[in-house]
Amino acid sequence: MAHISSTQADQNTYDVIVVGSGAAGGQTAYTLAMEGARVLMLEAGRRYEPAAETPMMQTNDQAPLRGVSTPDKPFGFWDATVDGGWNVPGEPYTSASDDPARQFQWWRARMLGGRTNHWGRISLRNGPYDFKPHSRDGLGFDWPMSYEDLAPYYDKVEMLIGVYGSNEGMENTPDSSAGVLLPAPKPRVSDLLVQQRARKLGIPVIPMHRAVMTKRLDHQRLPGLLHPGNAKAQAILAADMQKRNACIFATPCGRGCSIRANYQSTTVHLPPALDTGNLDIVTDAMVRTVTRRKDGRAEGVVYIDRKSGAEHRVKARIVVLAASALESVRILLNSGVANSSGKVGKYIMDTVGAGIGGQVPLLESLPLHNEDGVDFGHMYVPWWLYKEQLAGKLGFARGYHFEFGGGRMMPNLGTTSGLEWLNGGTYGRKFKEDARRYYGSFVYFSGRGEMIPNEDCYAELDPAVKDKFGIPVLRFHWKWSPHEIGQAAHVEKTAIDIIEAMGGRYSRPPQSGEKAIKQGGVIIHEVGGAMMGSDPKKSVTNSYGQCWDMKNLFITDGATLCSNADKNPTLTIMALAWRASDHMLSLMKRKEL
Amino acid sequence: MDRRTSIKWMMSAAAAMQSLQLQAGEAAARDVAPNQSGYGTDPDLVKEWKAGGPWPLTLTDNARLTTAALCDLIIPADEHSPAASKVGVVDFIDEWISAPYPQQRGDREVILPGLLWIEAEAQKRFGRAFPALSGAQQGAIADDICSAAKAKPEFSTAARFFARFRDLTAGGFYTTPVGMKDIGYTGNVPLDRFDGPPLEVLKRAGLA
Repeated sequence: MAHISSTQADQNTYDVIVVGSGAAGGQTAYTLAMEGARVLMLEAGRRYEPAAETPMMQTNDQAPLRGVSTPDKPFGFWDATVDGGWNVPGEPYTSASDDPARQFQWWRARMLGGRTNHWGRISLRNGPYDFKPHSRDGLGFDWPMSYEDLAPYYDKVEMLIGVYGSNEGMENTPDSSAGVLLPAPKPRVSDLLVQQRARKLGIPVIPMHRAVMTKRLDHQRLPGLLHPGNAKAQAILAADMQKRNACIFATPCGRGCSIRANYQSTTVHLPPALDTGNLDIVTDAMVRTVTRRKDGRAEGVVYIDRKSGAEHRVKARIVVLAASALESVRILLNSGVANSSGKVGKYIMDTVGAGIGGQVPLLESLPLHNEDGVDFGHMYVPWWLYKEQLAGKLGFARGYHFEFGGGRMMPNLGTTSGLEWLNGGTYGRKFKEDARRYYGSFVYFSGRGEMIPNEDCYAELDPAVKDKFGIPVLRFHWKWSPHEIGQAAHVEKTAIDIIEAMGGRYSRPPQSGEKAIKQGGVIIHEVGGAMMGSDPKKSVTNSYGQCWDMKNLFITDGATLCSNADKNPTLTIMALAWRASDHMLSLMKRKEL
Repeated sequence: MDRRTSIKWMMSAAAAMQSLQLQAGEAAARDVAPNQSGYGTDPDLVKEWKAGGPWPLTLTDNARLTTAALCDLIIPADEHSPAASKVGVVDFIDEWISAPYPQQRGDREVILPGLLWIEAEAQKRFGRAFPALSGAQQGAIADDICSAAKAKPEFSTAARFFARFRDLTAGGFYTTPVGMKDIGYTGNVPLDRFDGPPLEVLKRAGLA
């Protein structure tokens, strides 16, 4: 079994159909296939081969336009994304409002592995508070599970994909089990300066957690922990782990990684899953609907072959939607299933994004040294004001973390742009001296904060607009609450405080929270829309992503999240997907499905 | 050289003599085709890309001479590295202003009139083409437009042009191998381990 055509898939039978191949689809297919289930994966985009397609060491002068962002490649030319962005040609979405502040931007990719090929690899765990936010401050929703329920799966995912970081024992910032994390990379000089100066403001700076292998995975120890009692899976995983290389401390992760040193579904989940012989993959398969059996259970899915336009139907014992939160919502709405609660499409969330940069004289004209490291994110600032917030001193609920960076990174078109605010506008030999002086002296701080689900943020089917396949598209409603706007203002003010504490100058005047906050969807952490819960009347699935209305239909992507903690959601999505897959396996074993 | 060849050679030499300068009112570039597409949403990331590959370059020969002179005024040769025009920056600027994307189309509306202004100003002040001016003469023009904040009102448009042109020139230059070396970038080499900053760096930043 392997990459197959739609026609071949039509003739086979499967235990499980998995719609989507990114973090959720990859994890789901991996767990199921390694444990013996026969899986068909349907991916809307094209096949993608990181080993052959990744521009590992190319410099910006080798790209058109020095690699800058364009409408064709919104994250820059070398970005791994295929046929993706906030606009996908022929596949529109709409907004209910003309007001940009009320609009939502939806990022999609059309490639095997989806967005995992280019993502930031930031892998933070939700903490205990993050599963019970309503109990803590009366806002939003509690999850039908606790941190303890998911903690073993966080460990498993981290061991499988390879995550660097450290255990700091901090409030609501969980430690991993011993022997799980890889060593954090050494800090850059700018990291250490931020740490030194932020400490004086009472702000902690600790190693980031990212899915990048700072050393090779322990292929002798880990497979047994991940697949106890399953010798075949252990052997396959041990062999595959030996094919993954450690980071070479060069080239940005967003390009993807041909040596498989970071996590992307295509380099970590899919190769061993394919090696089991239990996984078939059909690419260019755009799923339209889930079909229903007479007994009310899911029968399979209808998909359209992107190349031929032909419609195909496949069946299985279980259907899993892992198409990304909002694409799964769209499939549910177009199918008219699993929505007796009326909650499908409701409570969509993104992450609060705001930030500012500055220039630090102490970092000017430093002796030459290589600062590439593991790309960005050697350190970060976890949320630190839990007590002040609970005491009502901040004026907004829920926290944020700072992703920050600086240093002597590979020059791009922006490296020497706009120096006029520092040097007054020079040219000639003086400009060249200035370029050397200021290079590496810039820092940026990006606040990434929790959004509370609200009634004004939801997706529905547009009554008129269809995509090029004739499938009705989503129409978005969006509105930040004062909590998010207050948080964005706090991000800006705190970032400026840190920059000033470093003796630096910030690059523009501070803005109001309304101006500072990025548009919904811009941070690309959209979750919600098919929330899990303990009450079938108020939620779409149980804690395993199993739909209340259709017992053999599961959702394993971000759609089921009840809150969107400041911790970037991908690691949590993978942990939930593994847990859900274990549940599917036990239900199939017990013949309940 | 036969007679036919020598006539052709003389004609092209004469044409070159006439075209040594960009004239006021002359187009600085050929049009970008209205249906020109970009490199698409799935370009081959491991093939070799060259300026002029994904879309045609459009600057006229004369405009490229002005561009080269201005590039080299901003990034001249020094003991560290060559001048910008020697490492492909003119091709890069031509690629940029010829691109079909909105940001680049916007810059084209700044850069092309700016190049014409530079030549007109060179004629007005010194009666010669900008590339033919002395360094001091070129500098006299640049001094009036190199700071958007300090430029006199009559030079404010030209100063906006210069700021954008300088960003493109410098960005084009410092992304090349010689530019990266000059600015002090030593990365993009595979390493077995990452050691962090040397002690000397930490000392300079007050961290050791």
